[in-house]
Amino acid sequence: MSIITLSVWDLLATSSLILILAAISLKQQFNLHKQLIIAAIRATIQLFLIGFILRWLFGDINPLWLIVVALVMLLAAGHEVISRQQRPFTGSFGYLSSVLSMFLSSFILAIATLSIIIQPDPWFSPQYAIPLLGMLLGNTMNGISISMDRLTTTAWQQQQIIEQRLMLGEQSSEALADIKKDAMRAGMIPSINGMASAGIVALPGMMTGQILAGSAPLDAVKYQLLILFLITAGSGFGVYASLELGSRRLFDQRHRLRLERIAGGS
Amino acid sequence: MLFSTVILSIEKLCSLHVGPINLTFPAQHCIGLSGPSGCGKSVLLKAIADLIDSSGTITLEGQSCINVEAPDWRRKVQLIPAESLWWHSTVGEHFQHQINPKQLTQLSLQPDIEQQAVNQLSSGQKQRLAILRSLEKKPRVLLLDEPTASLDTDNTKRVEAVIKEYLTVKNASALWVSHDPEQLKRVATKTLKLMNGQLEVDHIEGISE
Repeated sequence: MSIITLSVWDLLATSSLILILAAISLKQQFNLHKQLIIAAIRATIQLFLIGFILRWLFGDINPLWLIVVALVMLLAAGHEVISRQQRPFTGSFGYLSSVLSMFLSSFILAIATLSIIIQPDPWFSPQYAIPLLGMLLGNTMNGISISMDRLTTTAWQQQQIIEQRLMLGEQSSEALADIKKDAMRAGMIPSINGMASAGIVALPGMMTGQILAGSAPLDAVKYQLLILFLITAGSGFGVYASLELGSRRLFDQRHRLRLERIAGGS
Repeated sequence: MLFSTVILSIEKLCSLHVGPINLTFPAQHCIGLSGPSGCGKSVLLKAIADLIDSSGTITLEGQSCINVEAPDWRRKVQLIPAESLWWHSTVGEHFQHQINPKQLTQLSLQPDIEQQAVNQLSSGQKQRLAILRSLEKKPRVLLLDEPTASLDTDNTKRVEAVIKEYLTVKNASALWVSHDPEQLKRVATKTLKLMNGQLEVDHIEGISE
């Protein structure tokens, strides 16, 4: 099996579908056209850029450059998390806590998987390291973004309930427990859905790509399973870490609710 | 008011636009508090319950607020707001123990109300239950922020009786915010007015110190 190379025209033809969708959005006033087109352009530029970077990295295995690329990916993921929050934490807390949470989950899991399980030679071989880290970061980023958004918006909406619970002498962790549980659930739904529907409802993107590129289906399945377990665990640990940090930030040492630490709170 | 032990004392308490406030809460007494809306009554109550930042010292039976864990402090110095909030589905889940049947009768609530769903209760029932929910924590001081605003005359009097009995039996103290001078006459042994963040003695006829 050899891969059929795509031409520029193939991509232009498929991208016109996005334009049609944007036209519909404009006509129906869904107000999605701008976001759609900007996201499509961003995807094109970013993917070609990483394509060139990977081509260059594959030729020159220098761990230093790998670290630079990995850090850029991490910082960009942190930026994406905070840019889609309805009520983000004020100051740099939101950014720093999500970067830390993603570092703790995605980075450590990626390093462990490369050095213990896949074991390419050298273990930081970019062909394995970059896609693996990218998958982990992307999914963890989504989970953290959803759960942080849920945590802060619900805390803001339920301010009076939280305060009533505090008045009755509950610890801040008790007063926030239901909200935190709900935020954890919301952040985990995409990964759990991804595992539960894999193979029945949808062929996961990575496996599809590998099969299209000519891999044997069972090899693709094994890699896909590895990735599914990793991204679910990775986003779970990441969401958990960010919720621990975020829920502490909502209170002070005297167990007082500090909504002024989120945007729009008072 | 003479010879009665002091339960809570407040010295130079300042929070937001309120203060400095000096106030002592004698055992078995209830202090009435009134004042125009926006004068800072709720701020004062929240500061005493340590729900918002404040400066100054608050001492409960010899213990300074900063030396007590915040949740413990709030169980002992209970703020009861005008509108109660509920988050579990049934009434009973909000209580640690079985609700005292005598108190239920005193507040004319059905004995089986514990099993009822919260969203089937009227605001008046919820408010009366909220008072029992707070008393269950055995507070030493009650900070009542217009606790009977949602109640009719009969239930208002029932709540007043339950609180009065609690203060006497448990040797506790209270601060009662109300806009109704008649109510303050019934419950309070001393009344104060909060004006521009400062406490003033308010002489309501019929209350003797």
